[in-house]
Amino acid sequence: MSDQSASDRSTIVVALAGNPNAGKTSLFNKLTGLRAHVGNYPGVTVEQKWGHLEYQGRSIKVVDLPGAYSLNSYSLDERVARDFIINERPDLVVNVVDSTNLERNLYLTLQFLELGLPTIVALNMMDVAVARGLNIDLTRLESGLNVRAVPLVATSGQGLDELLSCILEVADRPDKDWRPLEISYGADIDATLGQIQAQVAASTLPVDRMPARWLAVKYLEGDPAVEQLVTAEAPELLEPLAPVRTKLRVHLRATEDDELDGAMTDRRYGFLSGLRRVAVTQTRRDTREISDTIDRVLLNRLVSPIFFLVVIYGLYQFTFWASAPLTGWLENFFEFLSETVSGAMSDGLLKDLLREGIIGGVGGVLGFAPLIAFMFAGISILEDSGYMARVAFILDRIFRAFGLHGNSVVGLIVGGGIAGGCAIPGVMAARTLRDPKERIATILVTPFMTCGAKLPVFLMLVGAFFPDHQALVMMGLTLFAWALALVSARLLRTFLLPGASAPFVLELPPYRLPTLTGILLHAWERTWSYVKKAGTVIVAVTIVIWMMMNFPRLPEEEQAVFDDRLTVVENQLEQATDEAAKASLEAARSAISLEGDSAALRHSLAGRLGSGLTPLSELIGFDWRANIALVGGFAAKEVVLSTLGTAYAMSPEAAPAADDESGDEAGGSEEDALILSLGARLAAESAWSPLAAVSLMVFVLVYAPCFATVAVIRKEIGNRWAIFSMVANTVYAYLICLVIYQGGHWLGLG
Amino acid sequence: MTVISMRQMEAGQSGAISRVRGGGELGLRIREMGLVPGAAIEIVGRAPLNDPVHIKLYGHDLTLRNNEADNIMVDVAAEQEETHE
Repeated sequence: MSDQSASDRSTIVVALAGNPNAGKTSLFNKLTGLRAHVGNYPGVTVEQKWGHLEYQGRSIKVVDLPGAYSLNSYSLDERVARDFIINERPDLVVNVVDSTNLERNLYLTLQFLELGLPTIVALNMMDVAVARGLNIDLTRLESGLNVRAVPLVATSGQGLDELLSCILEVADRPDKDWRPLEISYGADIDATLGQIQAQVAASTLPVDRMPARWLAVKYLEGDPAVEQLVTAEAPELLEPLAPVRTKLRVHLRATEDDELDGAMTDRRYGFLSGLRRVAVTQTRRDTREISDTIDRVLLNRLVSPIFFLVVIYGLYQFTFWASAPLTGWLENFFEFLSETVSGAMSDGLLKDLLREGIIGGVGGVLGFAPLIAFMFAGISILEDSGYMARVAFILDRIFRAFGLHGNSVVGLIVGGGIAGGCAIPGVMAARTLRDPKERIATILVTPFMTCGAKLPVFLMLVGAFFPDHQALVMMGLTLFAWALALVSARLLRTFLLPGASAPFVLELPPYRLPTLTGILLHAWERTWSYVKKAGTVIVAVTIVIWMMMNFPRLPEEEQAVFDDRLTVVENQLEQATDEAAKASLEAARSAISLEGDSAALRHSLAGRLGSGLTPLSELIGFDWRANIALVGGFAAKEVVLSTLGTAYAMSPEAAPAADDESGDEAGGSEEDALILSLGARLAAESAWSPLAAVSLMVFVLVYAPCFATVAVIRKEIGNRWAIFSMVANTVYAYLICLVIYQGGHWLGLG
Repeated sequence: MTVISMRQMEAGQSGAISRVRGGGELGLRIREMGLVPGAAIEIVGRAPLNDPVHIKLYGHDLTLRNNEADNIMVDVAAEQEETHE
């Protein structure tokens, strides 16, 4: 009793659990509001959210467990939830259930009760249940399960107070032991279960953390994690236990033609159906008329693909259209910042580092933030409304053929499946996939899409080498990207991520109107976690790449040659009076300075790397200049074009045709100008042929994702795959281009 | 009693699950979603390429692939008798 007062002051840890679509997120948001934290469960990339709240002077920590239908150890999410409960021993579980679907939702409740930890059943969507004529007898439900139950409407907050006081009540109960619920599995199974339970209780297994009854149940079911535990901690048990289980399996197959694990699940459902008969009465027929009517239209075989295309195109347009002004303001702000810095500082390396490395890096990170925010707002609408599950339903057949999931389409389209997307939000969109293999494959192929940053390079090369078929070639590139992504996914799923996907069986939740709070919170969480987790890495790498492209500097004597030439021209310029002479001298001056930049770039680490790679790159049609540009493109694909410009000593301002175009903003017309002038230059260069241009375009499409994307991949699926995406994509790109370039030559296309 | 697999059922057809074949991850997942013997189901329709299948279970919507539906045997006569009552 002495620790009673101590526990009064300590934080109550509540695990929040529930089926997907039961309203767990709404309740979590209502409980913790904006004070939620996001991290990972130890050792895995499954996200953990937690938050704190105060109630009646007590501090409560709420940990959001992944949405789950069960606690078996097949799916990562469910294993994580189970491990959390066993290892962290929260004070209690609040199990959110959909009151309109008790039979299925209470299955998860049974899993907690069999483990024995104190559980509160939060009967969510009570309003809908009442409207549908469902009458739930709380007392009978509570006594049938030996739990506390609280009716709730999480979206409106109705019942929240009762839930919170119930949490305090359960947390402060004097008897803190776990009391596993013992379900009867029928005479045959129960007998064996008792036998195994006795042996487990007397063994070296950690029965203080996991009840012997539960271990026995899971062992009988053949749960892989418990199987491992027994093998590791009490191998002496295997000899007596395995034959007992085998005997029961054989017996069940012979008498009931059933599998042991399946039969045990059926019995739990039998238990629940008995409970439902005593605790739930239905006064009217259960209907979901509105939702059914919508489905009859939207899931109609002819309408569904069209409506899907409209929705996904709408999501794409919304993301890029709505974020454009914000992205523009951010760009202008960082430009302003960079100009202020250059005005305030004297010329030199520190200034360049600050401007191009640090401000450029931070600006680059934040530049993606509006995109991510709006895309997740859009995805949140699709998910919360219930349409996302329907997308999986409509497209599953096609994507399954490539080892992906119907929902993979969202990431692929946002990532550039419609030219101009961005792989960063695309990779993050794969979060909606539950199966880890499908998720990893989707994430790894998303960077193959034609993202917005690759477009200027394509436009330049297409304009220069295929002036008569621009639209056709661009379209071809997009289709090639899709084909490549799907085929690569198939290859990944066959060789690197083999094995069947998790079962598809999916709930189509009723259509609901998304709430603004839900959408905003989701968008905010995703954006903030991107800035925090990926941002730092991206800034660091931007600086490293900047240094690679600027160091080592040209040796003084070489720099002096350019400086001397510049001084000569400047002196002449001062003395010149005639306008025509002035103009030609100014042109000469900028040509010398560009030549100097080009020489400096070649001398830098990136330049040397580019030159060093020439023997390899020649085989796919690239010279050292293209190589440097591709090295720079690792920081951001936008850099490919400007670096190529520097390498060819082309100036963005020196283009003749650009200024005629409408009063575009400075950045846009500079880029347009460079596209034109660089294109003209390459087309005139004998080393560059249409075949080499195709090779370069394909290489840019396929090779290592920009570092911001790699940082996001690392955050989503870990270091190993992030490194894989850099190395494998580059090798892959090289091999494909080798086939294209050498094959093209062989066919006489060079 | 007419027992067929769920894949063979047509849109609009209903019945009671008589048996779920197999255990392991798939067998468990199917049952954990409530597709257990005795449960009444109705086929709502199928996706544009005929797969997956969309069903109603206790008034709620579920979808599963045809190769998953192969494991679910449904007594179609039983349910019809019930609905005629």
